[in-house]
Amino acid sequence: MTWGRRLWGIILLKLFIMFAILRLFFFPDLLKRDFDSDEERASYVLEQMTNP
Amino acid sequence: MLDSIDMSLVDWSRGQFALTAMFHWIFVPLTLGLSFIVAFMHTIYVRTGDEEWKRITKFWMKLFGINFAIGVATGIILEFEFGTNWSNYSWFVGDIFGAPLAIEGILAFFLESTFIAVMFFGWNKVSKRFHLTASWLTAFGASLSAVWILVANAWMQHPVGTVFNPDMARNEMINFWDVIFSEVAVNKFLHTIGSSFLLASIFVIGVSAYFLLRKKEVLFAKRSTVIASVFGVMAAIGTIATGDTSARIVAREQPMKFAAMEALYEGQTHAPLVAIGAMRTDTTRFPHPREEFIFKIEIPNALSYMVFLTPSGFIPGISDLVYGNEEHNYMSYEERIERGAVAIQTLKELKKAKERGDQVSYEALREKFSDPIWIDQYYQHFGFGYYKGRELRELIPNVKVNFYSFHVMVILGGHFLIFTMLVLWLSLKNRWGNHKWLLWVAMITLPMPWIASQAGWVLAEMGRQPWVVYELMPNITAVTRLKPAAVQITFWIFLLTFTLLFIAEIRIMLSQIKKGPEGE
Repeated sequence: MTWGRRLWGIILLKLFIMFAILRLFFFPDLLKRDFDSDEERASYVLEQMTNP
Repeated sequence: MLDSIDMSLVDWSRGQFALTAMFHWIFVPLTLGLSFIVAFMHTIYVRTGDEEWKRITKFWMKLFGINFAIGVATGIILEFEFGTNWSNYSWFVGDIFGAPLAIEGILAFFLESTFIAVMFFGWNKVSKRFHLTASWLTAFGASLSAVWILVANAWMQHPVGTVFNPDMARNEMINFWDVIFSEVAVNKFLHTIGSSFLLASIFVIGVSAYFLLRKKEVLFAKRSTVIASVFGVMAAIGTIATGDTSARIVAREQPMKFAAMEALYEGQTHAPLVAIGAMRTDTTRFPHPREEFIFKIEIPNALSYMVFLTPSGFIPGISDLVYGNEEHNYMSYEERIERGAVAIQTLKELKKAKERGDQVSYEALREKFSDPIWIDQYYQHFGFGYYKGRELRELIPNVKVNFYSFHVMVILGGHFLIFTMLVLWLSLKNRWGNHKWLLWVAMITLPMPWIASQAGWVLAEMGRQPWVVYELMPNITAVTRLKPAAVQITFWIFLLTFTLLFIAEIRIMLSQIKKGPEGE
């Protein structure tokens, strides 16, 4: 295998692990996922900041 | 407050972020520095038409490409972590991070990713001048990418140009220029870029030394060394100068970090600089363990002189900052905790007033968050309020880690300046390569800039603990309340993935270096 092909393989595997596994299964954007509006997100964070 | 927070969650979350950031930083400085060295070599080829310069350019471009390909996008994981592990922080700073990172995405990354393709695949396909322009734009695009993330980091170290919106629990930018041209941001960028040029220069010198030791590709190695050593000397001088400025800024804006990096517990005028030292932890000291020097070599007056340009300048120690020093106008942490707690309570009451529709109370409380006097007296200490009822020692960064990382960085920086000046001098006299032991020194020096660069980031980030946003948001508030086990799982996944990627990088790099430029 040439070094160029090996590099492309590593890049694609890395991007797959990052976006198809880590992002989907381990790293959701919690505030985006759990709340529908910025007001709800702000209220939640305010609660965390003032009633920890 | 925050009595119930699981500190293992905070520690694992910090460890996970540190692992990701430090791994990402293996690749970034080489990309930043090598891109300019390659562009400079490419310029010489276009101007002279000398085919040897073409071989030289193509070889270093190939190593740049390997590093870029393996490292690219590893930084995106940090953004994943913001959203999952640091969601409170992410919301709190949203607008400040949003603008710089959007500019990075649109402008710099576009510039870099577009022209990098032309740079790699443009040989004999586009005109020489356009090809050369692509090399330079790739280099500038890489540095421009770094600007924005460093601006965001500088804001976390020294929040300026923003106001806190208590309705949305967010900081909002009121002056873009204050954010990007803050003294901390400008100096951080120059120091980071300078050190990255230095790292890449030492990489080129070290790899070239390998060829000279094997007596292979001597002309290629000597020419590469000349270019790298010129870059290296300039970068070393620039890095030391901006490091000196950085120390002065830290002394003024983050005195606790400054005291920790010198392990200075009692403030003093005519403060000496510890040039080198080793310490142990004395657990018998009240109110918390202290780091005591086993031995140290000091330069008299140097610390005061470094900060104030006069030996009579007072440098506050950790005790002055924690317990206060009226003579030198340092408020105690107890007092700051009380004031911070008032600010947090005000925010809580504002939220309740808004929820029950009490417009009069709401307006009165809302007014406080735009009153400069109230902000100065209370909001400036907001983060301290979370430490009411907790131990004061939690507000002191790890002294040992800060001391050693600072001194490792400085000692290696001195070595790099002497080393690059020696290489340049010998190269200009055409004597570089005559002494085998010096070539071995070059090869041994090769990994050292990574150690210095990582040590610099450890100091920058560990020194400001426990703050995520300086004195406004501590790590215990910023962290998302996840199960520590969930964070541990991703930590080990990252460690495995990063180790495999690192092994791949080293293996491919070594195989291409062994092949040399002969195939170019």
